Amino acid sequence: MDWITIISTTIKAAVGVETVLYAIGAIGLNVHFGYTGLLNFGQAAFMGVAGYGLAVTVTVMGLPFWVGIFVGLVAAVILAILLGIPTLKLRADYLAIVTIAAAEIVRLIFRSVQFKSVFGGSDGQRGFSDGFYALNPYPEGEYGFNLGPVPLLFGHRTMWVLTVGWILIALFSFVVYLLMKSPWGRVLKAIREDEDAVRSLGKSVFSYKMQALVLGGVIGCFGGFIYGLGYASVQPDVFGTETTFYMYTMLILGGAARVLGPVLGSMIFWVLLVLFYNVMTEAVGAGLITFLDTNQVGAMRWILVGLGLILLLIFRPQGILGDKREIAIDARR
Amino acid sequence: MEGHNPALTYFEGAPLRRAVIAFTAFLGGLIFLLAGPAHAGPAECQGLRGTLKLQGQPVNGAKIAVTTEGGQPVKEVTTNAEGTWDVQVDKPGKYKVTLDVSSLPQNAEVRGGNNVRTPTVYEGNCSTVLYALQAKGAANQQQQEGGESSPFWTQAAQLTFEGLNLGLIIALAALGLSLIYGTTGLTNFAHGELVTLGAILAYAFNIGFGLHLIPAAVIAVIVAGILGYLQDRLFWGQLRRRGTGTIAMMIISIGVALFLRYVFLIFFGGQTEAFAQYTAQPGIEIGPISAAPKNFVAMGIELVVLIVVGFALLRTRTGKAARAVADNPALAASSGINVDRVIRIIWTFGGAIAALAGIMLGLSQNLKYTMGQDILLLIFAGVTLGGLGTAFGALVGSLVVGLFIQVSTLWVPPELKSVGALAVLIIVLLVRPQGILGRRERIG
Repeated sequence: MDWITIISTTIKAAVGVETVLYAIGAIGLNVHFGYTGLLNFGQAAFMGVAGYGLAVTVTVMGLPFWVGIFVGLVAAVILAILLGIPTLKLRADYLAIVTIAAAEIVRLIFRSVQFKSVFGGSDGQRGFSDGFYALNPYPEGEYGFNLGPVPLLFGHRTMWVLTVGWILIALFSFVVYLLMKSPWGRVLKAIREDEDAVRSLGKSVFSYKMQALVLGGVIGCFGGFIYGLGYASVQPDVFGTETTFYMYTMLILGGAARVLGPVLGSMIFWVLLVLFYNVMTEAVGAGLITFLDTNQVGAMRWILVGLGLILLLIFRPQGILGDKREIAIDARR
Repeated sequence: MEGHNPALTYFEGAPLRRAVIAFTAFLGGLIFLLAGPAHAGPAECQGLRGTLKLQGQPVNGAKIAVTTEGGQPVKEVTTNAEGTWDVQVDKPGKYKVTLDVSSLPQNAEVRGGNNVRTPTVYEGNCSTVLYALQAKGAANQQQQEGGESSPFWTQAAQLTFEGLNLGLIIALAALGLSLIYGTTGLTNFAHGELVTLGAILAYAFNIGFGLHLIPAAVIAVIVAGILGYLQDRLFWGQLRRRGTGTIAMMIISIGVALFLRYVFLIFFGGQTEAFAQYTAQPGIEIGPISAAPKNFVAMGIELVVLIVVGFALLRTRTGKAARAVADNPALAASSGINVDRVIRIIWTFGGAIAALAGIMLGLSQNLKYTMGQDILLLIFAGVTLGGLGTAFGALVGSLVVGLFIQVSTLWVPPELKSVGALAVLIIVLLVRPQGILGRRERIG
């Protein structure tokens, strides 16, 4: 078994592109679910409309990169408002069902043959990231260092995505930290704890929830940009409901309603998953495990995710960093 | 809604660790059970097909050429003794189908004279290409006959039928989901996997153990009922007793759904399969509707089951108790109803009829490990449309959803039919959030 590769990919997974984009999505989700108690099961759709907004603006309409980013952001805001109007006045489980339905609608439209000329069908869109890589300050080459015999190197393109990604994570974490310390953030937390009490104090619960939904959606949509730029393509099925569920797993693993919870959660999630997958595939390849094939190993990781989510919520719903008194999941309405 | 709090009636106890171990063991057993069936070849359908008939008789040996939109040849086929042809394609998109007129029988011609069709193939779907053939010189006569029922209404009738078929399947699954929601407050995202479970169990007994589909289905439904009972006894019941909140349980159900889905993937594989019997039945025509006989039988069974369950809910002691618990668990408990027992009965029957829904779905479409996940949102749409927690609302809502989805394909491309149904769900929530049969109450 090739332990050097296993160790190298596992350590790189702690800061890799997937970790970054899921962490950003989960930070947005933290604003929804962790702080405001909104059960948004459609976070993947926010990432989707942003990624596609960028891709379609650049490839189909031929406009510059920055216009694409702007279109993606506007799309995320519009989606948040469209989702919020019918559902924010309803009970939590209605919001869950409607957001998951809306995310499916978005995905089905993206992958439809009908709109293939715009969204590219199930193949998605590619070739829109040149504007981003033109800004790359890193000259061509490999960056990183060798940890003993283990090489930890990223290409210059990945380096640029990661740099931008981690700056965004730091920025969003700081914004969330400041906002949640502010009076505005305290109202959000109060809504999570007892909506009626907040209403009785004369606050417009609907408007606060809407602001939280838009903010979390806009933060999350940067995860979609990072996906599109990091992989230089967007495909509809990447933005399916399972993506949202993985973000929930990360958020709860790291600790909901904690500034760094989603970031830590995403890092641990991907490190564990990559480690497990690599060790198992290597073991299957080396003939040490004969009762599974490599495809089944792929399925095994998601079984572990499901099991992890169940066990976390039962035994440690506050995750690693969280405070049990401060999470929305024990709300009984 | 403060009423949904059956945990009031429980007391602390029974360490949950045991429950989790038991649940895992139950899944382990399930895995063992599923390990049997061997994989047959993929039966996925993505392409074009059709049947050529002249005055009711199949046309054998007619040549059909399929090319891409740009004219690249894909395949040339000839119709078989039943008059059918079938071309599978790799990529969805527009195709050009040309019927070689010279290969038709001497006395036949294509009605309207146009022998080229440009159908669209949608991902994972087979499109039927229609060629209406007629005896030469019969054009005038045909036109007079066809005047009575236009193709639009024939198609509408056909789609209504298919919509009812789908709606009944959704209703079976939705009934269990709605009752479970009503009695325990659990929005069960793993209900779709219970549907898949039924289909896969039936497949395991059907293919793995070589039973005929009918006994296999009966056993699968019974096993699924037992598993439903155990699931509540060993897992969800323990969580409720522990006082786990409904939102936590909802997220746990997502974990359960992911877990089960990929367990199915490991043991069933990623391909689509079909049952051993009743797969390729020749269609029969009743009025404007043509369908395989199995669909009529399946709808009959579904209807009977739904009526029996509805009757049981209205007339039997347990049924009344179930509705009472769904309405207000605390009040039901204080009037002497054993809430725990009622919930277990509901889980048992909910699991069993969800399994039945899966088998019927597998019969009318195909089996896949994501089949339950794929209709989960439609089940939710049906339940929400009818009113969360109301049993009969789930029935009405599901039928509406099923009908809407199929009939909407008159105007909407088939790949987007679910989009319409989900959009209607959102709109209904705007106008009448309590659903069609739901009671007006504060749901904000």
